[in-house]
Amino acid sequence: MEFVPTRDGFGTELVALGRERKDIVVVSADLEDATRAEYFKKEFPDRFFTLGIAEQDMIGTAVGLSLQGYTVFSSSFAVFMTNRAYDMIRIGVCQNNTNVKIVCSHAGLTVGEDGATAQSLEDIALMRVLPNMVVVCPVDTIEAKKATRWAADHLGPVYLRTSRAPLAVVTKESDPFVVGRANVLREGNDVAIIACGAMVYESLQAAELLKKEGIDARVVNMHTIKPIDQEMIIESAKRTRAIVTAEEHQIAGGLGSAVCEVLGQNYPVAVEMVGMRDSYGETGDPQGLLAKYHMRDVDIAQAARKAIKRK
Amino acid sequence: MAHKIYLFTFYALSEGNRSQICESSYLFLKGDFVAEQANIIEGLKAKAVEIRKHILTMTNAAGSGHPGGSLSAVEILVALYFSKLHHNPSQPQWEDRDRLIISKGHVSPVVYAVLAEAGYFPKEELTTFRKLGTRLQGHVHRKVPGVELNTGSLGQGLSVANGMAIAARLKAKKHKVYCLLGDGEIQEGSVWEAAMSAAHYKLNNVCAIVDYNKVQENGPVKEIMNLEPLVEKWKSFGWDVVEVDGHNLEELMHAFDQFSSATKPYAVIAHTVKGKGVSFMEGACKWHGKAPNKDEMNAALKELLEGKVV
Repeated sequence: MEFVPTRDGFGTELVALGRERKDIVVVSADLEDATRAEYFKKEFPDRFFTLGIAEQDMIGTAVGLSLQGYTVFSSSFAVFMTNRAYDMIRIGVCQNNTNVKIVCSHAGLTVGEDGATAQSLEDIALMRVLPNMVVVCPVDTIEAKKATRWAADHLGPVYLRTSRAPLAVVTKESDPFVVGRANVLREGNDVAIIACGAMVYESLQAAELLKKEGIDARVVNMHTIKPIDQEMIIESAKRTRAIVTAEEHQIAGGLGSAVCEVLGQNYPVAVEMVGMRDSYGETGDPQGLLAKYHMRDVDIAQAARKAIKRK
Repeated sequence: MAHKIYLFTFYALSEGNRSQICESSYLFLKGDFVAEQANIIEGLKAKAVEIRKHILTMTNAAGSGHPGGSLSAVEILVALYFSKLHHNPSQPQWEDRDRLIISKGHVSPVVYAVLAEAGYFPKEELTTFRKLGTRLQGHVHRKVPGVELNTGSLGQGLSVANGMAIAARLKAKKHKVYCLLGDGEIQEGSVWEAAMSAAHYKLNNVCAIVDYNKVQENGPVKEIMNLEPLVEKWKSFGWDVVEVDGHNLEELMHAFDQFSSATKPYAVIAHTVKGKGVSFMEGACKWHGKAPNKDEMNAALKELLEGKVV
C-alpha cells in the first residue's frame, strides 16, 4: 500500500489547472511550502499572491479577485483559515457566493507533533453550516486531484480538506469521483461504516478485523460532506440497520452529525460515532494519537459491534 | 400646478477624454428654479439635500436603520456617484466601471438613496427599505444594482478592494477601486492587514476613504479607541494621504482628482460630522443606529428645507 499526503494531490493538480486555465489564481498566507501551493507559485509567480501571515486579508483579497472573474484558490492550514478568517468566509465568500476555493491542509489529529493548537477538529462543522459552501474531504492523493479539478470547474465556494500525514492510496485514477455521490469501497450487509479522509483506511482495516468474526461490513467513502449523499446513507441503513461513522474531527457537527441528520429524518437506525469526543488533541505521533483518542481500526470495529448489538 | 418639474441631463464629469461618463437625471421639485444657470457644485449640493431627505424618510418608514453615519457620508458619495466615478447606472455590470466597496455596510440608507438618485433603480423602491421581501436589506447587499459587495461585518471591504485592484492590474484594466470605511471600523485589525498589503503590492489604483465623523455607537471614537495620529498611521503603512472637509464638495472632488495621478495607494481622511444636516443628530452617538420617529423626521426635514444646518 502506498501512502501519500492528500496535500500533494492538490498541489500537483493545481499546477495542471494553471497550465490549462489563465483564470486560475492562488492566494496564500506564508504556508505555501507546506500546503503545496508552492508548486503553482514556482510555475506561475504572476498569478500567485501571498498576503503574509494574514488570513483575513487573504480571504478578502480572494473575494475581490473572484468578483473580477478569477477562479481563486486560497490556501493555508485548516486551523488558521477556517477559524481566523471565518467571518470573511461567511460573508465575503459564502453570502456573496463568490468563486473562492478554501483549500486547507493539515486537517485533523494526524497533524501530530505540532500539538493541540495545530490540530483542526472543528473545520467540517464550521464550513458545512454555511449556505452555498460545498465541503469535500478527499480520501487519498488521487481523489484530492479529482476534487481540486472539480472545485475549479464548479462556480461557487468550495471547502477542500487535505492532510499533512501520508494517507493510504485506496482509489485508482479510473475510479469515478462525483461530488455528492459517495463510493462504496467494500460491500457488506451486517454494518455500514461511513467515513471520510484518513478514517476511511482505518475503516477498511476495521472491516478486515470484523471479517474474522464473521461480520460483513460495508465501507463507504463519504468524500463529500456537503451536499451529503442521502441516498447512499439511507440505502446503507436499510441494508444493514447499523451505522458507524468515522472522522478525524469532533463528533459534534461533523460527518457523523451530517449522517445522523439524514437518518433521523428519513430512516432512524442505530448509529455509533467515532471521532474526537469534545476534547482537544495533544502532541504525539499520528498513529499514537489516533489510538489514544479511540479513532483506530480497533475502535471502529468495537463501534460496529455495538451498533450491531443495538439493532 | 404650483410646482414645475425640470428635468435635465447632467454631464457631471467633463474634463479629460473619458468616453464613458455618468449621465444623471436631476429632478428639481422646488418652485420655479431655473436650471440653465446651475453649476456643478450647486447641482451637487441640491442632490445632497435630496439624499438627506431620503435617509430620514427611509429610516423613519423602516423604524430602524443607521442615519448618523449615512448623513456624514452624503457628500463623499455625491462627489463620487455624481461626478468622479466612471459608472453607468443602466449597465451596473459594465466591465470597465470604477468599483466602490461600501465597507461600512450599515450606511445602506445613504447608499441606496444615492444609487436610486443616480438611476440604478426606481426611487419609489426606497420605501421598501428593511421590509420583508425587499432588495434593500438593512446592510448593503449585491442584489441591489450598483452594490458591489455584501458587507455589514466591519473590516472586510478594503481587502476585497485590494483583490479587485490586483485583478484590474492582471487584466491591464484602467478602472479604479474605491473603498468607503467608517472611522470606528478601522479599529478592526483586518483593515490594517489590508492597508499593509495595498502598499506591498503598490496598488495605486486603490483609494480608501475614511468617513471620520468622530463618533461611534457608544460614544466618541477618541474615548472608545483613539485612532490618532490617523494621518501618520496611513502614511507609515505606505499610503499617500490627503485630509479634507468631508462636507466640502470642492475639496472632495479635488482630492479624487489627485487620486488619478497617485503613485501609492491613496487614503482620503474625510473629516465629517455624524448626523450632518440635522441639528439634533449632529455629533450624537445615539443616532448611530436609531431611526427618527415621525415628529423627529418632520423637524429634520424642515431644517433641511430651510437650509439651516448644511
